[in-house]
Amino acid sequence: MMEVLSPNIERTFDQCAELLRDLTFPTVAAWKQEHPGAKVIGYFPVYAPSEIIHACGMLPVALHGAGDGLELQHADARFGSFICSIVKSTLELAMTDRLAQMDGLLFSTICDSARNLAWVIKRNQPGIYVDFLHLPHNPNGTASHHFLVSEYRRLIGHLEELSGNKVTDEALRNSIAIYNENRRLLSRLYDFRMEHPERLRTWELYVLMRAGNFVPVETHNEWLRGVLEELPGRSGKKRDAIRVVVEGSFCEQPPLDLIKVMEEAGCTIADDDFILGRRWFNADIPVEGDPLMNMAESYQDRSVYSSVRHDFRNPRHKQLLEKVKHAKAQAVVFLTAKFCEPACFDYVLFKKELEAAKIPHLPLEFEEKAYTFDRFRMEVETFVESLLFE
Amino acid sequence: MATSEKMEYRGQIHQLQKDMMVEWYQKLNESALTGKPPAVSLMISGNCIELLEAFDLLPLYPEVNALQLAIRRQSLEPILIAEEMGYATDNCAYVKADIGAMVKGITPAGGKLPVASLALCNFVGCNVYTKWFEHIAEFQKSPLFMLDVPFLRTDSPSKDDIAYVVRQLHDLVKQLEQISGKKFDMDRFREAVRNSAKVEDLWSRIKHLSKKKPSPYDAYFDAISLMGPLYVYRANPRGVHFFEVALKEYEEMVARGQGPLEKEKFRVVLEGPPPYPFFRTFRDMFAKWGACAVASTYSTVGGLWEFGFRHDPAEPFEAIALHMIENNVTNRNYLQRYDQIRKYVDEWDADGLIIHFVKSCRLFSAGQGDMRDYFTKELGIPTLYLESDIEDPRYFSEAQIKNRMDAFFESLGHAPARTAAQLSAGRAGSGIPMVPVQSPKLRVLN
Ligand code: SF4
Ligand code: SF4
Repeated sequence: MMEVLSPNIERTFDQCAELLRDLTFPTVAAWKQEHPGAKVIGYFPVYAPSEIIHACGMLPVALHGAGDGLELQHADARFGSFICSIVKSTLELAMTDRLAQMDGLLFSTICDSARNLAWVIKRNQPGIYVDFLHLPHNPNGTASHHFLVSEYRRLIGHLEELSGNKVTDEALRNSIAIYNENRRLLSRLYDFRMEHPERLRTWELYVLMRAGNFVPVETHNEWLRGVLEELPGRSGKKRDAIRVVVEGSFCEQPPLDLIKVMEEAGCTIADDDFILGRRWFNADIPVEGDPLMNMAESYQDRSVYSSVRHDFRNPRHKQLLEKVKHAKAQAVVFLTAKFCEPACFDYVLFKKELEAAKIPHLPLEFEEKAYTFDRFRMEVETFVESLLFE
Repeated sequence: MATSEKMEYRGQIHQLQKDMMVEWYQKLNESALTGKPPAVSLMISGNCIELLEAFDLLPLYPEVNALQLAIRRQSLEPILIAEEMGYATDNCAYVKADIGAMVKGITPAGGKLPVASLALCNFVGCNVYTKWFEHIAEFQKSPLFMLDVPFLRTDSPSKDDIAYVVRQLHDLVKQLEQISGKKFDMDRFREAVRNSAKVEDLWSRIKHLSKKKPSPYDAYFDAISLMGPLYVYRANPRGVHFFEVALKEYEEMVARGQGPLEKEKFRVVLEGPPPYPFFRTFRDMFAKWGACAVASTYSTVGGLWEFGFRHDPAEPFEAIALHMIENNVTNRNYLQRYDQIRKYVDEWDADGLIIHFVKSCRLFSAGQGDMRDYFTKELGIPTLYLESDIEDPRYFSEAQIKNRMDAFFESLGHAPARTAAQLSAGRAGSGIPMVPVQSPKLRVLN
């Protein structure tokens, strides 16, 4: 396994950032070499039950498009205009054999574009296992729990066949505990950043978290623990900046430089929804008891709000306000992928709620393959100034 | 050689259809004024109108409102209002037109529209529905029922899929009892389901009449006119009567060898929703070339009946679940749609496929480039790809569409017919398993 954790914390972040840029999935290749015959499942954002994949002795790999690292030669003709970048770049990755290390690809009910993508990939990559999880939308009562358990069982059936391994309750409980640990460590890092944003920049936290998409969770846990140990000794200078919550980048990810530009232009990001699937639950999934039922109940009743999960018992626009309050933020920056339908729709009710609560916000749109940020920087600076000197 | 022919509606059903829809709008107006009967807003696709019928509740279809606004060229104003509210230019304009009209009190027929006593989101495939109904519930302060329908991600629905929907339908019944103040009556429900089965049977027979040459009606443009009664009156005896009249009329046209055009020169299959703001213009472009749609995927958004599915009164809840999960185009997966289109081309004997990409609707459009690739390269079927929008008049470029259409039909006129060998060669190479559209366990009534 590639060594990322270095005694120098800055070096760790740089190495993580390099890992994100590398479209050859070097860590996945290394894992396959170390585990001959073992299978890898790539999953499209936002959320996938990694615990199940892990319990089957497979490596779950969260896909996040191709950033600016890929020319689209096939995907544009197939997905055309008005479709977000990540759908196209993921198809391009597949059609240029860059997903060859994946033995299976998993999609879920996040939006219509991603859903059709699943089947377009299936047609163009007939050799690999492509599946689609229906994650429930009706949070009332227990029908969804039972349904989701049956959906997980269906998935397990396919994974067992693919891997030749059996998924036992014991293995599931073990995986749940390991992923709980991962989420707890991430949440500690998020808390640390909220308290001491000058000592842990958002881009650093981001690359560290995202690098976990490509390595076994056990390895990622080690990295996170290592960084958590180092952080208290780290120093940082406080700056004139406004505290913001970033909302809208739960699926397609903004270019890393864009996150840096936001920070440079005077935003202290106190909370965000980057790579939300890694932090999907706001409490541990219970380890004791029926593991699949525990996972299903957690999905419905103990998960974070998201534009792609529907829970009208507790609407997202109310929860965003809570988030802002908890983060002691002054403003919200909507960082929305171009053509991201769920995010665009949610903006309407978010906006209404924020305006009523007199919380300023800045709507911004990005594409994963963007590489010049001058206009973006100016917009953020103007917004920051208007708040700093109001 | 192109002619300047225009397609004209003939016969009594178009008038009957109009009268029935006007009457429905009058009822909505009455409900808005008196609160009676209470209205429930729901989606067209795979809906459960049978349950509303059993409770005498009035269906309110936001999609039909949006459609009516567009076809009357009234959609731009509400779209702009919605964009002022924060909706993106890229969001589905159906939603924008409906919400914009709702907040400004604009209605397509001039009368009033009631506030829904329940926003019933029968989420069937389209993820936009969930947002649309969340917003309706928020803006109108209506209670929301999110009826979650598992997407058809396997060849046919599993027992668990069906059980999940049936459980939710039972929950829904309790809510409808409260709204209507009536006790659920199983016999009335069965009766409604029986009506639906009859309508579906008639509709399906109509759909098969377009296999005739010439087809007695256009299975895109005319089918859309019939879709109003199909959704609003399906579970009602009025619906049965309407489709009896329609079938008879089309059968008579077949007997006379008559179609909607002077002469049917091309038979095409249409994929994708129509450009409602330019419905007539679009239709005339086809008529000009003597092109008649013999089948369309859009006419199956509400339900896919031509391959055998009928609501079964013996198991009414399960029937609704099966309709929702498996028997409408929007909840079926993308490759199953390829399969459906291929059947149309083969069995309805079409000369080509027209894919209408609409910007608003990613459910239909995301990936249509791949669809074109499959039909042209794998199957050798002449395919034309057009782009505009279902609702937003700003995305219709008449000259461009006309040019592409002219070029397509010009070359189609010179193309040799596909041979049987070509057809099966394409099939062998497609890599898509033939998935039966019809659920094997269902009773076929015709
Ligand atoms: S970025 Fe938005 S539109 Fe694109 S796949 Fe993700 S959720 Fe769907
Ligand atoms: S996205 Fe398409 S199916 Fe969904 S509401 Fe809009 S037009 Fe209808």
